[in-house]
Amino acid sequence: MTDVHHSHNPVDLAPGDEDEGRIGPRLIGYVVGLGLALLLTATSFFVAGTDLVWQPSIPVAIIVLAIAQMGVHLVFFLHITTGADNTNNVLALAFGIMIVVLVIGGTLWIMANLNHNMLPMDQIMRMQR
Amino acid sequence: MSVTTMTPDLHQAQGLEVTDNPGPAPKRIVTGYGFWIFILSDMVMFSCFFAAFAVLSGETAGGPHGAELFNLKNVAIETGCLLLSSFTCGMASIAADLRNRFWFQVAMAVTCALGLAFLWIEFHEFADLVARGAGPSRSAFLSAFFTLVGCHGLHVSAGVLWLLTMMAQVFAKGFRADIQRRILCFALFWHALDIIWVAVFSVVYLLGSGA
Repeated sequence: MTDVHHSHNPVDLAPGDEDEGRIGPRLIGYVVGLGLALLLTATSFFVAGTDLVWQPSIPVAIIVLAIAQMGVHLVFFLHITTGADNTNNVLALAFGIMIVVLVIGGTLWIMANLNHNMLPMDQIMRMQR
Repeated sequence: MSVTTMTPDLHQAQGLEVTDNPGPAPKRIVTGYGFWIFILSDMVMFSCFFAAFAVLSGETAGGPHGAELFNLKNVAIETGCLLLSSFTCGMASIAADLRNRFWFQVAMAVTCALGLAFLWIEFHEFADLVARGAGPSRSAFLSAFFTLVGCHGLHVSAGVLWLLTMMAQVFAKGFRADIQRRILCFALFWHALDIIWVAVFSVVYLLGSGA
């Protein structure tokens, strides 16, 4: 355990641990991650307030930028990579993303459908009289 | 025929390396993986709050909309605090791996200060909303807002308490293997909170004040 390397086992890596043992590249990784995250954040705040772009595209742009920034955080801060030593972590993440997409997408779909099929509230009130 | 089926046993008996079975994983990997599963389940819980917020974001019951309530400048400062604290948390991880007590404590102290700054701004925002009559009981939109953003704030508060605990443990016990595993889990937790905040400021504040 005196070594900087934690991987006694060459085939696996704990989530959050890095392949790289030297300080220099690790430091650069965090600096690059912070730079990209700040850039994406600044872009989405700028896009939200600007009238330079076509207005209906703004929500899509904000969501795309948010997903990109989550990817940056996963790679540069949480060190989830596509390497063979990360397979278990990536598979768990993929399952988590699947559940999140199902919950959010399914909720929005079903609730929009119910809203669409429901009578307006004043008509429901009239029928109850 | 029988010789080929017995080969693995023979290899083990002769003390040769059996490459396809490296044995149980080290404790650091098992602990980190278990905590990773917890973080993913936490994200699933947040996704339920996000789904509720997305459905209820238009149900203001005649009350104020997000565009009238949110101060995007404060949100930008909060975001900056959390991003920088994620960076300093990474510095603390490096210092912990190098077993450098001084820089570990400095990086963790900066992380703590940034986390507290975030909580301070968020607390004032909430207090201001309630004082303006836009508390969680005003409309379904505001209930969903306070649940989602408040839940993230509670996670950050718990993270700050954990952070202080880790500083005390390293101060008292040094970089033992079990303490190093706790530092790994704390770093995972803190970085994951940042990911959730990215979704919060995008979906709640930016989309909410645009609509």
